[in-house]
Amino acid sequence: MSTMIQTPAENISPQRKKANAEAYNRRADGTKRSWYSTLTARIVMIILSILFLMPLYWMIVSALKSNEELAKFPPTLWPHAPEFSNFVKAVTAMPFLTFFANSAIITVSVVVLSVISNFIIAYGFACIDWPGRDKLFYVVIATLFLPFPVTLIPMFDMWARLGLVNTLFPLILPAMFGSAFYVFLLRQFLKQIPQPMLDAARVDGASEWTILWRIAFPTAMPALTTVAIFSAVGSWNDFMGPLIYLQDQKVQTLSIGLQTFRSVNAQDVTFNQLMAASFLVIVPLLLLFFIFQRYFIRGITIGGFK
Amino acid sequence: MSVTDTVGPPAGPASAVSAGVQTAAPPTRRSRGLNAGQRRKLRTGLLFISPWIIGVLVFIIYPVVYSIALSFTRYSGMEAPTWVGIQNYVTAFTDPLVGKAASNTLFYAIIAVPLGLIISLVLAIAMNQNVREVAWYRTIFYAPSLIPAFAMSFIFIVFLNPQFGVFNRVLNLFGGANVNLLGDPTGVKIAIILMAQLGAGNAALIFLAGLRNIPKTIYEAARVDGASPLRQFFSITFPLLSPVLLFNLITGISGSLQVFTEAFIVTNGTGDPDNGALFYMMYLYKNAFGFAELGYASALAVILFLVGLALALLVYWLSRRFVNYDVEAG
Repeated sequence: MSTMIQTPAENISPQRKKANAEAYNRRADGTKRSWYSTLTARIVMIILSILFLMPLYWMIVSALKSNEELAKFPPTLWPHAPEFSNFVKAVTAMPFLTFFANSAIITVSVVVLSVISNFIIAYGFACIDWPGRDKLFYVVIATLFLPFPVTLIPMFDMWARLGLVNTLFPLILPAMFGSAFYVFLLRQFLKQIPQPMLDAARVDGASEWTILWRIAFPTAMPALTTVAIFSAVGSWNDFMGPLIYLQDQKVQTLSIGLQTFRSVNAQDVTFNQLMAASFLVIVPLLLLFFIFQRYFIRGITIGGFK
Repeated sequence: MSVTDTVGPPAGPASAVSAGVQTAAPPTRRSRGLNAGQRRKLRTGLLFISPWIIGVLVFIIYPVVYSIALSFTRYSGMEAPTWVGIQNYVTAFTDPLVGKAASNTLFYAIIAVPLGLIISLVLAIAMNQNVREVAWYRTIFYAPSLIPAFAMSFIFIVFLNPQFGVFNRVLNLFGGANVNLLGDPTGVKIAIILMAQLGAGNAALIFLAGLRNIPKTIYEAARVDGASPLRQFFSITFPLLSPVLLFNLITGISGSLQVFTEAFIVTNGTGDPDNGALFYMMYLYKNAFGFAELGYASALAVILFLVGLALALLVYWLSRRFVNYDVEAG
């Protein structure tokens, strides 16, 4: 019994933890690394970290500066008299809450629809063994590389004929029909379920639908979380879709709303307010990222990207 | 539920098809067409993937065909399209702005694609380091990918401001004079290229997945044989990462052909100064939604589609000699 059981990462003893921590300073073959071999790597990584933190830092710093301080040269490296009122001004200077609500409606709908649809499609490509399946999957891969601009104009024409331009539907409904990248990701994951396990469930009389929810769903949870996060980020940050379909301010999302508001009322909205508004836009994403951080990396790496 | 119990003989009929080991029985059965069980599986399988089938028909095949058809017409979106033959294509190849947009896009691609691959590979290697605080590096390197393009563009507008931007302060410290990067036709392209590099975290995650698929034992063997870290990179990491590199290269090329949002926001939709940031997609967008020339814009889209397809096939064809799929099964 004891040899087969794998220790879950959360339940390891303090001694093991210490051993693991020490293992960081060792090579895979157990020989000890010299402290300076990691030092060069660390210096490079710290420099890279500073470069990659710059935009976020500069966004927050600029958001907190007063108009006078923002216009100073040389620029101050941190706000000497932080003006938190910039955030209030940003939210009230433009219909921020309307934009926020529209973005939220689109994002939540897209996440729910794309998780369900991509999961069902991936199950069909991974767990049911039907003739021609793997050939058709090549078509899925091929669509991954299709440049979307070629579909842009006919799609606009179609939604316009349906009278749905200036509604949120053109940005939500396509999520019902899956997307090649997510199908690909989930299929890789579902392939890990042993075929005999699925067959045994079928012999026991379970329908595909039951197997989908009882066996495949729990297994695919990490990958589904990854799909949820990626589609949330993609939809929250989408610019071109809202630019084309949402001209009316009442239905605009944050991305397009902030841009049009800036270009139309250039004199009313200052850059510190724009930075403050942009920061508020990315706060939900940063929260999502910190809560589900491990899924960003695990979801892709565990399934094995091939 | 006792699903974990093994089901008698290891290879059931379903897994035999994919395993391909028992070559005796299944082929004769398959050559006579589908039996009842396979037909049932086919029906169930198609039912499960039916949303995707509908999606491909409505959101891919229909628009591609319709785009090609529209490219031979004059169409404003209001009245019915009128047939003009190859007129749009003739116009496209003589339109100086198409030439300008194409050369801007080429400039972008030639710099941004290799730079992006190098930066994302460096990030992936950094994310894969065996140091205690590696989770922090992963978080930090990925975080800018979360910042939407419009917000990143606002940050760069402030950052590069000719009067009070930090960029000029740094130039001053090194003895340079103030420049207005966004006011220069080449400078604006370089600014947009640099901006895009901060989003390298996405491609880096894909590289990271590839790095983790390389068995550790190969490195151990190489170290025993006395291979230096540099030698290990070029003899092990690089060849075994080549399928992932190919994927990132093709998506990188396709992405740079479509560069749009940053240029649109930085230039407020104009593509100025002097059309320096007028990328191909910007010009396509302007024709379609600014000038209501949907037929002409469709022709531009079809040209982009063909160029993208040709480049992807070319890269794939060139890569066959270099891409190594040995560790793929892992």
